[in-house]
Amino acid sequence: MRSSKEGSFPSTRSTKKILGLVAGGLALTLAGCQTRTEAQDQKTPKPAAARSAALTGARMASMPAGQDDGQWLMPAKNYASTRYSELGQINARNVRNLKAAWTFSTGNTRGHEAAPLVVGSTMYVVAPFPNYLYALDLNNPGSTRWVYKPEVDSSAQGVACCDHVNRGAAYANGRIFYNTLDGQAVAVDAETGQEVWRTALGNINKGESITMAPLVVKDKVLVGNSGGEFGVRGWLTALDAETGEIAWKAFSTGPDKDVLIGPGFRPFYAKERGRDLGVSSWPPGAWKTGGGTVWGWISYDPALNLIYYGTGNPGPWNPDQRPGDNKWTCGIFARDADTGEARWFYQISPHDHYDYDAINENVLLDLDIRGQRRKVLVRPERNGYVYVLDRGTGEVLSATPFAYVTVSTGVDLKTGRMREVEAKKTGVGKVVREICPAAPGAKDWQPSAFSPRTGLLYMPHNNLCMDFEGVEANYIAGTPFVGANVLMYAGPGGHRGEFTAWDPVAGQARWKIKERFPAWSGALVTAGDVVFYGTMDGWFKAVHAVTGQELWKFKVGSGIIGQPVTYRGPDGKQYVAILSGVGGWAGAIVAGDLDGRDGTGALGFMNAMKDLPQHTTKGGMLYVFALP
Amino acid sequence: MSSRSLDCHLDSRRRSDPSSGLSPLSPGRREGGWERGAGGVRARRRGIDPIRGFLGIGVLLLLAACAKGHASPPERELRVCADPNNLPFTNRQLEGFENRLADLLARDLHATVRYTWWPQRRGFIRSTLKAGACDVVLGVPSSFEMALPTRPYYRSTYVFIYRKDRGIAVRSFDDPVLRKLRIGVQMIGDDGNNTPPAHALANRGMIGNVVGYTVYGDYSQPNPPARIVEAVAKGDVDVAVVWGPLAGYFAPRQKVPLEIVPVSPQIDMPFLPFVFDISMGVRRGDTKLQAELDGILERRRPEIDALLDRYGVPRT
Repeated sequence: MRSSKEGSFPSTRSTKKILGLVAGGLALTLAGCQTRTEAQDQKTPKPAAARSAALTGARMASMPAGQDDGQWLMPAKNYASTRYSELGQINARNVRNLKAAWTFSTGNTRGHEAAPLVVGSTMYVVAPFPNYLYALDLNNPGSTRWVYKPEVDSSAQGVACCDHVNRGAAYANGRIFYNTLDGQAVAVDAETGQEVWRTALGNINKGESITMAPLVVKDKVLVGNSGGEFGVRGWLTALDAETGEIAWKAFSTGPDKDVLIGPGFRPFYAKERGRDLGVSSWPPGAWKTGGGTVWGWISYDPALNLIYYGTGNPGPWNPDQRPGDNKWTCGIFARDADTGEARWFYQISPHDHYDYDAINENVLLDLDIRGQRRKVLVRPERNGYVYVLDRGTGEVLSATPFAYVTVSTGVDLKTGRMREVEAKKTGVGKVVREICPAAPGAKDWQPSAFSPRTGLLYMPHNNLCMDFEGVEANYIAGTPFVGANVLMYAGPGGHRGEFTAWDPVAGQARWKIKERFPAWSGALVTAGDVVFYGTMDGWFKAVHAVTGQELWKFKVGSGIIGQPVTYRGPDGKQYVAILSGVGGWAGAIVAGDLDGRDGTGALGFMNAMKDLPQHTTKGGMLYVFALP
Repeated sequence: MSSRSLDCHLDSRRRSDPSSGLSPLSPGRREGGWERGAGGVRARRRGIDPIRGFLGIGVLLLLAACAKGHASPPERELRVCADPNNLPFTNRQLEGFENRLADLLARDLHATVRYTWWPQRRGFIRSTLKAGACDVVLGVPSSFEMALPTRPYYRSTYVFIYRKDRGIAVRSFDDPVLRKLRIGVQMIGDDGNNTPPAHALANRGMIGNVVGYTVYGDYSQPNPPARIVEAVAKGDVDVAVVWGPLAGYFAPRQKVPLEIVPVSPQIDMPFLPFVFDISMGVRRGDTKLQAELDGILERRRPEIDALLDRYGVPRT
């Protein structure tokens, strides 16, 4: 099962096989499996890393390939979204000596999902609503150079879904760019903290908010919206980084001209071809409130000049009220980075039944697939599969389950369609048990990391199932309505989270770590072969990139749902930083003081999180670690 | 009442007010209670309502007590969380029937009403009642699990509304004529949630002729859920299926006469009700206040019925 002789193309595997793998998966064969990524084509560590970075597109415009300057300029570290740092001062041998160097309190008790940025000798931290931006002086650890307090509409917190998170900022050309919950994009002078421009993009009064981190590509800032639950229509827009003016805007539903679909659109599968599918795959007019919001991650391939991002679930109708594929929700777009024109689209979940937003990270790698070097996009998806797509064409090369899945039996690679299990489809008043993965997916937004040294993708994720049963009365704006009584609970094994090292070529897990709670933080991997991630009960952990062995851990003040980063400080030392501050959908029970007796709270997530308050309390705090 | 209601943090409403940034919501933002002005906190009288004058005096007395830095037994406060922009239920101008109901309760309890305003959306109970910002919300379904409900004080139903000049008669979801009409319904969101009529129509295969209006609407406009009633009056849809109190209040306020007909059946077997009992909701565990309110709802039943009549709330 874990034979690693060559990059054999994995067919879709049964869930049982994967479970066996989970049970048995360990480190001994790892050395062997290193042959299949490009990084392992060259064995000597240093050039390997350097070359692989170049080939995977894991480089930044501001930095020569392979020369990690020790900064952290965007949440995913690079355009390929690998969250891989070439810093190796902290390594698998010495990480056990890691100590807290300094801390910083944001004074904010909501969920902290952002990645800190490091530019020169300044660290930038975006806090949850009301979205203050802190510039911290790394020469005087913990001291604030300035704080930017955006003007945000205080009603945002009354209408935003799912806690009040922000997933971070991006740096380019002397400016920090980020978004506010009430739907604005802002540019702030990185030196002075002065606002350069501010553009209102979403209308919070209609439920439209922004939680995602922007990506800056050349002269444009890319931003997408949130709020599919409120009947918002999803979009991605490009702003002129200089002025904040809108250069283009691509909707996720509606006529081709709104979606920026033109003659250059060449999707791989027939199911994505046809005129105005964003209208005709819906009941009349339903696309106008159809969802497909863009609240996740964007990647960029400079060689192909394409950006990649995913769209959220369709809404606000239930599945039986929106027959059709509901294009272009729950899928991946490739677009021209300059014009926004669509090049291809792949719909992961046509006619989504389970709230499986397809907004996760797109890791751009060059891998040897069946003996051929392919430019691929690796997508660990909410529905429980890792997709490997040709990023030039949108062809699915493999789709392999990495978690326990009961709602589908695989992906037909000829048609690109998911093979769904009819018995697991939900409906009002219909009792459906053991829907796996649950609505937050086998893996939600929490971004993975890829090491060219090991060829492994490190994925924090969930092990959750759910039941839909009966009908529950609820109330919005004086109007009673009904919903399914949704209860989420741990999947097989009884643990709710996992941290998996995944070989995307073989389509196999190399090792897995079980976590009590959903692993809701991002991951970081370094040239020191150390992987960092945090847990919702507040442990910040370092594990061995090859074996998964736990090397070090530290208990922080509040559960971790942030994204770890590493950087070289002004003193030449390597540091690792993480925001703690539990919250988000999974942590709402703590951040929102929800009542654990009501299992259906937070859309049923509460039932799976009842014991979290016993393990952590709320409160945003930055932790920075270094060797003594 | 909790000790929180006795403290002197009179600007707390402002701090906890999520809608303070909303623009055209309330001309002049007359509150009827007190508000913080240039000269500090002051009582404001609104109209000729004797109750309100009484409230004003009560607040002044409370202020006087606070100003002295210690509390002589202050007047009781009834702390209510409500949507500032949601007629016929509540609004900041205190024009809704739940606003009147709050006055009635307060009268009975010899208390003054103090509002915390918050849009009644997902997270409403969490951010208000559970956060301790208030002790009661004035309308929840009686089977609501996030709060402790009082006894029901009315039962209403979803209704069909259509223009009287449209020349149609709709009584039931099974009326064949429905298939030929454009039908407006309200949408709540995904995740298995929606209004019962939305489910009922989909269950009967009516999809292409259904037009959705989000119950959230555009919160910068007055009373966002009312758009669906206006759509019927304007002829954007032939018929709409709307929760009774909303229809009962807004239908008579349109320029053309509208028919209001309770839907049939009352329940789509096995699980889909169109009729709901409505209670007040207190914090779980607050059985003392629950019992007090239950007593008032029983004693004042004729007054409450008359109030609901005045607002045109259809009852079954």
